Amino acid sequence: MDAYLIAMLVFAGFYALMALGLNVIWGLTGMVNLGLVGFFALGAYASALLTTKLFWPMPLGWAAGAVVAAAAGAVMALIVARLRGDYLAIVTLGFAEVIRLTASNEIWLTNGTDGISGIPGPWRGDVSPPEFNLIYLGIVWTAVAVVFVLLARLSHSPFGRVLRAIREDEDVAAVAGKPVLWFKVRAFTIGAAVLGGAGALYAHYNAYIAPDGFAPLLTIYIVLALTAGGVGAMRGAIIGALFVIALLESTRFLSAIIPGVSPVQKAALREGAIALSLILLLRFRPQGLIPEKTRTKAFP
Amino acid sequence: MTRDSSPAPILEVRALTRRFGGVVALDGLDLAVRPGTVTALIGPNGAGKSTAFQCVSGVIPPDGGQVLFQGRDITGWRPDRITGAGLVRSFQIARGIPRLTVLENLLLYGPAQPGEGVISAILRPAAMRAREEALRERAKAVAARLNLTRVLDNQAAALSGGQKKLMEIGRALMAEPKLLLLDEPVAGVNPSLSAEIATHIGSLRDEGMTVLIVEHHMDFVASLCDPVIVMAEGRFLVQGSFAHVAADARVQEAYMGRRVHA
Repeated sequence: MDAYLIAMLVFAGFYALMALGLNVIWGLTGMVNLGLVGFFALGAYASALLTTKLFWPMPLGWAAGAVVAAAAGAVMALIVARLRGDYLAIVTLGFAEVIRLTASNEIWLTNGTDGISGIPGPWRGDVSPPEFNLIYLGIVWTAVAVVFVLLARLSHSPFGRVLRAIREDEDVAAVAGKPVLWFKVRAFTIGAAVLGGAGALYAHYNAYIAPDGFAPLLTIYIVLALTAGGVGAMRGAIIGALFVIALLESTRFLSAIIPGVSPVQKAALREGAIALSLILLLRFRPQGLIPEKTRTKAFP
Repeated sequence: MTRDSSPAPILEVRALTRRFGGVVALDGLDLAVRPGTVTALIGPNGAGKSTAFQCVSGVIPPDGGQVLFQGRDITGWRPDRITGAGLVRSFQIARGIPRLTVLENLLLYGPAQPGEGVISAILRPAAMRAREEALRERAKAVAARLNLTRVLDNQAAALSGGQKKLMEIGRALMAEPKLLLLDEPVAGVNPSLSAEIATHIGSLRDEGMTVLIVEHHMDFVASLCDPVIVMAEGRFLVQGSFAHVAADARVQEAYMGRRVHA
């Protein structure tokens, strides 16, 4: 049970990192990004390949994962410069699928659907599996803490103020004298870097990655996490990630304690319970668990 | 008032054209705004006034023609560059950033904030904090001037219609304009606030700012603006004092329609 709980907390850390990354792109800047799992996958593959094929040290691999995803994010921001809303959603969703299908088919590089195994993990093999999990728990949540502090500072700065303005009304931000595209490119790059870093950490925890692990469902979970936590608030992203993991995992047990239902019905009950909780949350707390607040006060 | 005795115009629009599909919104518009004036741009609905504002401020690019600001060709520039050059516009329907406070809306328009760079935003060097403090002081002064001090910490979404109009002017002032373009600053505003806004604009002119106003309230235009430029069907029609253009038969025709000669 302990091992299970720790593994879930590690995954909550990955979710929190992804929600933080998405929060810069979507929460602050208002650019819909349904392709976040694509950036996550890029980071995972970049680090996995560099450490297994070129034997880079792990920290360098993680950094490379973030850099590769960041570069893709910058290019993406330029491509979608004039798109908004639904169209942005379509293009970014397409991007993630392109990444997944490329990983499935470029077998010479990615080993296709068989995936890459034997990805090194810190002290894996030197310590017992429970100890490894604990070490990784520390690494992931340290990363969450560092990213959170950096992004919270960004968010509550003049830079964050401009991003919020772009989210609400691009024309006004431009007339306010702000080069909108340059801000969007930077926001997308930063967010994608965090997503890529999260992917790299995930690869080395799991020791194995395959295209199946980067399906669009993961994107939906993170969007839900951010919506539940509170769009725009960095604390909300973390709370939302914990909330979604708790929801996903607790409903596993919920269906087990209800007697007289078949396994198929249990699975349906679980999904129903998840959907119901989110609908209730959004009905009674549409601003999310942690609403976005501003810290700029004229009269403190 | 003749155009010959005037100094070089601060804004000059030459043969500006803009089409939307088959609709010709601007059909070779020429106009000039002299520095130190509060100039009105009037004309019947559909004359192309708002489109002229959009093209001059860079929000939409013109199809042809030239926009010269302080003698410099700014045609087709991005809006942020035009604002940076000192030509700042307001929006017709007050477009406050609803989820930012009034103070933040004002600060947003502040130029030269190093904290808009990523590294500075994270490290918060002294230069950024000093600039933020200077901008806050200026925002407070602008708010005091426009009677917005009490609502500085309110979200823009919570303002009354009149306060939104005042904030729209205040934001533009934060960008340190040399030429201020106001798009219907008193549309939907009660008469007493309308008079107050006229006073504010008058004192801005007295301090040396140039203002170009699109407005439909003729009392407001008559009391505040000189000269008045009339446009119709996407072109310059006539320019002069309010009394002069109001007496012009072509202006009456543009507003009232043509007499049908049987």
